[in-house]
Amino acid sequence: MSDTVTNILLVGVGGQGILLASEILSEAFMQAGFDVKKSEIHGMSQRGGSVVSHVRYGKEVHSPIVPEGEGDILFGFEIMETYRSLPLLKNGASVVANDLCIQPPSVLLGQETYPTDLPEKIAALFPKFLLVDGQGLAAEAGNVRAANTVLLGAVSKRLDIADECWIKALEKMVPRKALEVNLKAFQLGRSL
Amino acid sequence: MKEILSGNEAIARGAFEAGVKVASAYPGTPSTEILETIVNYREIDASWAPNEKVAVEVAIGASFGGARSIACMKHVGVNVAADPLFTLSYTGVGGGFLLVVADDPEMHSSQNEQDSRNYAKFAKMPMLEPADSQECKDFTRFAFELSEQFDTPVMLRSCTRISHGKSVVALGDPVTGLPAPKLVKNPSKLVMLPGNAKVRHPLVEERIVKLAEYGATAAINRVEMRDAEIGVITAGVSYQYVREVLPNASVLKLGMVYPLPMTLIREFAAKVKTLYVIEELDPFIEEQVKAAGITVIGKDIISRCGELTPGRLRKAFGLPDAAQTAVEKLPGRPPNMCPGCPHRGVFYSLNQLKAYVTGDIGCYTLGFMPPLNAMDTCICMGASISNASGIVRALDPEEQKKVVAVIGDSTFLHTGINSLMEMAYNQAPATVVILDNRITAMTGRQDNPASGWTLSDSQTNAVDLVQLCKAIGIKHVRVADPLNLEQTLEALREEMNRPEPSVIITNRPCVLVKREGVFQKGLVLSVDQDHCTGCKACLKIGCPAIEWQPSSDGKKGKAFIDPMLCNGCDVCRQLCKFNAIGSAK
Ligand code: SF4
Ligand code: SF4
Repeated sequence: MSDTVTNILLVGVGGQGILLASEILSEAFMQAGFDVKKSEIHGMSQRGGSVVSHVRYGKEVHSPIVPEGEGDILFGFEIMETYRSLPLLKNGASVVANDLCIQPPSVLLGQETYPTDLPEKIAALFPKFLLVDGQGLAAEAGNVRAANTVLLGAVSKRLDIADECWIKALEKMVPRKALEVNLKAFQLGRSL
Repeated sequence: MKEILSGNEAIARGAFEAGVKVASAYPGTPSTEILETIVNYREIDASWAPNEKVAVEVAIGASFGGARSIACMKHVGVNVAADPLFTLSYTGVGGGFLLVVADDPEMHSSQNEQDSRNYAKFAKMPMLEPADSQECKDFTRFAFELSEQFDTPVMLRSCTRISHGKSVVALGDPVTGLPAPKLVKNPSKLVMLPGNAKVRHPLVEERIVKLAEYGATAAINRVEMRDAEIGVITAGVSYQYVREVLPNASVLKLGMVYPLPMTLIREFAAKVKTLYVIEELDPFIEEQVKAAGITVIGKDIISRCGELTPGRLRKAFGLPDAAQTAVEKLPGRPPNMCPGCPHRGVFYSLNQLKAYVTGDIGCYTLGFMPPLNAMDTCICMGASISNASGIVRALDPEEQKKVVAVIGDSTFLHTGINSLMEMAYNQAPATVVILDNRITAMTGRQDNPASGWTLSDSQTNAVDLVQLCKAIGIKHVRVADPLNLEQTLEALREEMNRPEPSVIITNRPCVLVKREGVFQKGLVLSVDQDHCTGCKACLKIGCPAIEWQPSSDGKKGKAFIDPMLCNGCDVCRQLCKFNAIGSAK
């Protein structure tokens, strides 16, 4: 096991299930025998605001937050939040993002516009960019709500962790009745 | 056995392993999950208290009965709980007593950023500060031994990054052989009349000296010698940032940040060339070290404001920053009340009536944001009502009519009730709206004395708010449906015009409360695009489900309701003068 720590950032909008996804990630890293630390901020209404969750794993992890500009992988649940978080990444980082736009209040009210060219901009800055049709693939797996798991699968592909650790983590964290759909969604994502 | 636990979960586990019998708290981010986890350990009697002072007093009672007990809160809660705490420091404990306080540097969800370590010094009790989840568990367990050994209440300070951060924890077996709780009379120690208290005070001062001596050799404080060029004194999450950014520095890692082990600090200072104190918020350690005549660098390079981060620490030491990608400015994304939140109708009406709104702490504090723009002050839990009561005293009768206090059910029972008593007692002619959504919503839906349920999810009696307000002496108390705009507006208009104290109680639960179904399941509203004239009236409610769709041909745009988000509260329909909004097929 090398001494390097891998830094993952999960970003999106409050209420999108970012917490659960980061818990599944952490669980998989622990299953694989790594030290792992995870940190996010919640509170202040239950919905709507920007959310960033940090997950770090390696032989020994100190800081629970990813040092600014050192993120290795960005896992985006929403396109604008993905773009907003790029400064957290190091050069050449991978970006996996769901193709989803959620309008913030100022846009809903018609005061500001939601930029339409964000995927191209992200791709230009970070060539290792994968835009995922999360909802589409989730529907294929059996439930549109499993989009996060599709993304998780796509992210897992970029991490050097054995398959069974992911499966174990999913089995532990996902409610029983949703497990089958989620395992399928995960595999669809992993094949991307 | 290893598990990944948050700091809060680990504190709960530590309480369980320590054999805690009674736990009490008022929810507050980032401390809330401690009690929510403790309640799963059936051996512990865990409950929500109406406020932090009461939580501490419940735990004190248990401690006096010989049981180990714990009270938990966020930093601002300690202000409310300070009164009993200072005297508990004099009486000492029966069974071990621990107060857990979670600070919120950077104010991720708080109205100020205060450094609770000052309270330990002020109240003269030891303060422990864990640096990860493992230490959260270990220190919590250890705190009870310390408490009993030194006959003192103990404080443990966490912060947002520790409380909500997760890391790997090795679990232990619970302690055995603790004495069974029983009543022991000892009035000269527990009745703090001046005569008794005068005897206790010198003991409190002695105890702090002994604790400082103890800290010099205790395993909880440790020296990690590496390169002697740079020595750092640090504690809590700051320790992790120091290890991350200055991996070669020698470190004195404090687990007990009050009282400080000055002999240990002196020894460490003598071994290193340049000495730093790295701490978040106040120069708490730094000032004491300097007062002891030791030269140290601290707040000259690190801000007293906000959270410490690895990047900020790097900058403080002049280390090269990682290159950061520049991005263009984007529309911001502040938190927002949920689609269908029952508070929206009230704030919309207050805005329409041009009320001067004294606000309080809860989801509804977001009523201050556009387009509702209906909150003018917000100080602390319970302050809305007393602020209103005070401001009307300064105003002429016409201006008085505009003053409305808004407060949630949980906040009202927390400390708002005292303020309402004052208002009734002194007959201040302001209007109070109790936004009763049957839950403590902002912290993640915790029950309270008005919700009818306990922390362990058993049904209990619910405070009758109408009767309560009447009993306090408010003559004009009425209930309004916040999802019915006309009714809400009418109630507000009437009560605001009344030159007497009055209370309006709104009666719709938080949309996230699953227990009581408010909205007809499956009912979703939609905009009939042919009837929508683009007047934007529905946008004034600020519901996240209603989008504005500009038109490409230069004509007025149209409103659109996202069926995935709409909760069918029906408020937007009442705003549309053109009947363009109706239930979707
Ligand atoms: S959590 Fe409840 S009270 Fe808070 S904004 Fe959402 S609906 Fe309103
Ligand atoms: S009915 Fe209107 S205001 Fe209520 S949740 Fe749906 S879109 Fe929002």
